[in-house]
Formats: sequence, structure tokens, C-alpha cells
Amino acid sequence: MNPHLTFNLVSDVHQLLAYQFMVNALQAAGIVAVTAAVVGWFMVVRAETFAGHTLSMMSFPGAAAAALAGLPLAWGYFAFCGVGALVIAGSSSRRGRPRSLGRQSAVVGMVGAGALAVGYLLLSLYGGVLESLETLLFGSIFGVTRGEVLTLAIVGVCAIAFLVVVGRPLLFASVDRSLAAAGGVPVGLLSAGFLFVLGLAVAATAQITGVLLVFALLLAPAAIARELTPRIGLGLALSVLLGLVIAWVGLGLSYFTNDPAGFFVTSIALALFAAARLARGGLAGGLRGRGAAGGRHGGGLHGLDAAGGRPDAHHGHAASLPHPAGGH
Amino acid sequence: MPFQGFLGNALLAGSCIAVASGLIGYFVVLRVQVFAGDALSHVAFTGALAAAAAGLDLRVGLFAATVAVALALGIAGGARGPGAQADDVTIGMVFVWVLGLGVLFLDIFNTGASGANGTIAARTLFGSIFGLTGGEAQLAALIGVAIAIALLAIARPLLLASIDAPLALARGVPVRALGLAFLALLGLDAAEATQAVGALLLLGLLAAPAGTALRLTANPYRGLALSALIALLAMWVGLALADLIGTVPPGSAVILVAIACYCGVALWDGARVRVVRGVRSAAVDTIEG
Repeated sequence: MNPHLTFNLVSDVHQLLAYQFMVNALQAAGIVAVTAAVVGWFMVVRAETFAGHTLSMMSFPGAAAAALAGLPLAWGYFAFCGVGALVIAGSSSRRGRPRSLGRQSAVVGMVGAGALAVGYLLLSLYGGVLESLETLLFGSIFGVTRGEVLTLAIVGVCAIAFLVVVGRPLLFASVDRSLAAAGGVPVGLLSAGFLFVLGLAVAATAQITGVLLVFALLLAPAAIARELTPRIGLGLALSVLLGLVIAWVGLGLSYFTNDPAGFFVTSIALALFAAARLARGGLAGGLRGRGAAGGRHGGGLHGLDAAGGRPDAHHGHAASLPHPAGGH
Repeated sequence: MPFQGFLGNALLAGSCIAVASGLIGYFVVLRVQVFAGDALSHVAFTGALAAAAAGLDLRVGLFAATVAVALALGIAGGARGPGAQADDVTIGMVFVWVLGLGVLFLDIFNTGASGANGTIAARTLFGSIFGLTGGEAQLAALIGVAIAIALLAIARPLLLASIDAPLALARGVPVRALGLAFLALLGLDAAEATQAVGALLLLGLLAAPAGTALRLTANPYRGLALSALIALLAMWVGLALADLIGTVPPGSAVILVAIACYCGVALWDGARVRVVRGVRSAAVDTIEG
């Protein structure tokens, strides 16, 4: 029986859940979407999009190295992403002092290209079939097993637990690095820790979506949420919700049409992002003229000054964030 | 011609591509557009696969896609004000979608033409410079030289616009047009270098020589020359290594040599700084003591 997309939502969902592999895929995608959305939100706030992308590159040599050594691929993913995170963290700050932006991004870019070069080298030493290259790069969500779902869940819970614990000082350090450092927050340690967690989340995601598309689930929900709201709690919740919707709808469409999931996931994400940005642009343009557009120049921190000034009963920590001096 | 056959072709095309990438890369790092360069290299992948899926010459897709997206990024950045660049979230979103498209084209291509599966993706992603024919190599060399000349022609105003956009604007330098032209050149270079080192490794050829040059000299013209020279060196050594050791893919070898150059210079630089600092503090001790 070939699945057919109908206008009856209930029967669609029934068809979706008819096979165990599809149930596994949906569960895995759900876990990955939630983890990536939360970690990704911090990534966007900290303007570490490029680092996130570079870390997603690290999982490729990881997988190739594990294949060469005959170890489970997941070990390679986690080991290389973790090490890559530490390398980037080490290169971006020397004795707590951030380097010049251009040079730092050159280093991040080099780490990424180097990782891929090593990965391809290892793969050609392995002499594996090229089919496996595509699987490494573009993932195989429909082949996820129960055990892998469990691993993903554990990693996801650990990553989110870490962010719950350090979320407050991390946001402080992201908004105003020098003030946080002066206030006794271990800024360097925090940003290294965050990059490490980012690496773990990326490694987990890479197994599902493939190396190249990890970035979609990490960036898209957070980016859309940040377009829609400057508030911290609401933004995180929205990011998670959007991540789930994007991942599940993308998978579902892929199931019914037989086209790759990655295509649908990224297309939905871009469409939502464009819509959100246009809507916000229209709103901001009507309210404040061109001043609002200027606010974007500050990188990822645009929303936080608004959040900092607004007391919020549910997310009291948001209200206690310092007001970035002078705004933008 | 000292080398005939595929190695000669590879050297001819590779040298021109390396010089062009070294020059472009210097400005990429200076203007902090490494992420945009990364995105464009992935666009190259999708463009090539789109052409493959449609049954066209790969290079048509490569050049059309990279230049189009480069201009789109430039316009998106320009909307934020003169001299401004697209923010990294926008770049990331575009680039994620482009990759999604690439996966779709790969799927279409794979279902359409069974047999040569996977090879095309590997060729595009990691380059196949040893597979260039004489005609292809000459065309690649010509385009590489053209990119280098075009960049050198706009180098002076572009330098001012990159370092101090308001000053450049005040002096009547067309900052926006220059930014667009530079992105278009970057797109061309991305398409060009994809043939040599592949879409995924291209970033190394852009970032590593430029990063090394920036560490060695603060003089922009010396830096440009050094960057091109280091890229050329990495290309030659990498190709030689790949030719000598059969299992090493040329794209990987070139990038790893370039990165090794950077690491060497960084280590030397760090050691020198430490020595200078040590001498200085010793001198201060003697004076104060």
C-alpha cells in the first residue's frame, strides 16, 4: 500500500504511524528538534551561527574516523564534535581576551575546512563505497533504531539540563561580556562549556539529518522565534514549537512524496523565516520607522534589551538581565 | 611544458585558481565575510547538482548559482544600509535552504540516472582536479586570471571601503557597488575553485592563506601578495603529495597543507611574541632593578 496524502488529517496521521520505522523516525526527529531548538536559541543569541555550522562539519571526520577504526559511528560523532568545540573555544579567546573578528572567523573557517579535508582523507583511506558518503553527509532518518532513539533522548536531556543550570549566567555573559566578567561570571569557561554542549547537540543531530543539514534544525527555529519575539521564555518556547512543527511536517511530507526530508525541512524553515521577517519588518516599519532596522546591526542581541526592561512573572531571570549600555 | 597529461592540466588550472582564491580570500577575511564564503561554497554544490539533474554542463550550474546567490546576499545586506552586510542568521537560513535544494537535486539525479551514483556528489563536494581535461583546465585558468585581474583593479577602493566604510562614502567611493562586485567575484571564485578542491573544502583555500598572511604582515598589499603566494604554494605541495601518495585525495592534501602553513606561522608568531615579551620584561627588570 502506498501512502497517500488526503485532506483528512486523522487518516494522514494513521498512515504516518503505520510502520515502526516511521514511528522511530518521528520520535527521533522530535527529540532532535527540541534539543536543537533550545541549544540553537542560545547559539543565535550569542551570534555563534558560524561556529555552530563549523561544529556540524566536525561530525563528518568523526564518522569517517570511527568507520576506519571499526567503532560505532556515534562514538566518532561525539568525540570529534566535542574536541572541535574545544578547539574553537580555545582559538576564539586567548587569556580571556577575544581576538579580532576577522582573524577569529578565519580560524573557525579553517577548522571547518580542515575537518572536512581530514574526513575525506579518512574516507578514502577507508576505501568505503561512495554511497556511505552520501549517508554521512545527508543522513538517514528513516533508518533510525530504538537504541539510537534512546541515545538521542539521553543526550538531549543532558544538553537541556546543562542549559537550565547555566542559562542565566550564560545569557548575562552573552549580553555584556565585560560586565559579566567584572561581576565574577566565569565567562571563558561558560563559552567553552556552551560550545561543548553545542558540539554534543550537533553530533546527536548529525546522525539524523546528516552533517550538512544539522544546521537547519539548529538555526531555523531559533532564528524564526527571534524574529517573532524579543522575550526570553516565550522565544525559547516558540523555538521548540517551531522546531517540532518543522521537523515533523518535513518528515511527513517526505514520507508521502518520497522526496528527501532535508528538502522539506529547509524549505518550510526558510518560508517561515521569510514570513516572520516580512511581518516584523512591516510592523516595525509602521511603528518606529527606520530606527528598528538599525537595531539589527548589533548581531544577535537585538531582542534582549527589550526583554531586560520588561518584568515577566514566569521568567523572572529575564527581568534581571542588565540593560546593555546605550543599546545600539 | 614540464608536465604533460592530467598533472599538467591540474597544475595549470590549480595555480590560477589558487592565486585567485588567495587574493579574494584576503578580502574575505578582512571584511569578515568568511561565513558568506562558506555559504557560497555550498551554493556551488547545489548549482552543480541542479545542472547535473537537468542534464547540463556542471559549470553552467556552478557559475549561475553562485553568482546569483552572491548578488542576492549583497542586496539583502545593502538593504540594511550602505556598507552593511547580510547578518549571519540570514546567510545561514539561505544556505540551509540551498543545501536542502541540493539534496533534492541529488535525489532526482540519483533516481534518473542509476549507475554513476554518488560519484557526482563526491566530485562536486571534494573536487576532482586530476580529472580535468586540457580544454577544461585552460578555461579554468583563464577565469582564474580574470578574477585575479578584476580584483586587483578594484583593490584600492575596496580596501578603503572594507576598513572604513564611512570615510570611503564621504570620499565618494561607491561602497555598495563595490561590495556587490566583490561578492560577485567571490561567487565566481567559489564556482571556479569548486572544480579544484570541491565545494566543501573551498573555504580552506579562502581562509587559510589569508589568515596566514594577516598574521605575517599588516601591510595590505604585501598581505595580498603573500596570501596569493601561500595559496599557490599549498596548491603545488598538495598536488605533489596527492600525486605521490595515491590514496590521498588532492582536495584534502591542498587544504591540509594550507592549514599546516597557518599553524606553523601561528606557532612561530606565538613563540616570537613570547620571546619579545620575555626580553622586554627582562629589560624592565634591569632598568628598575
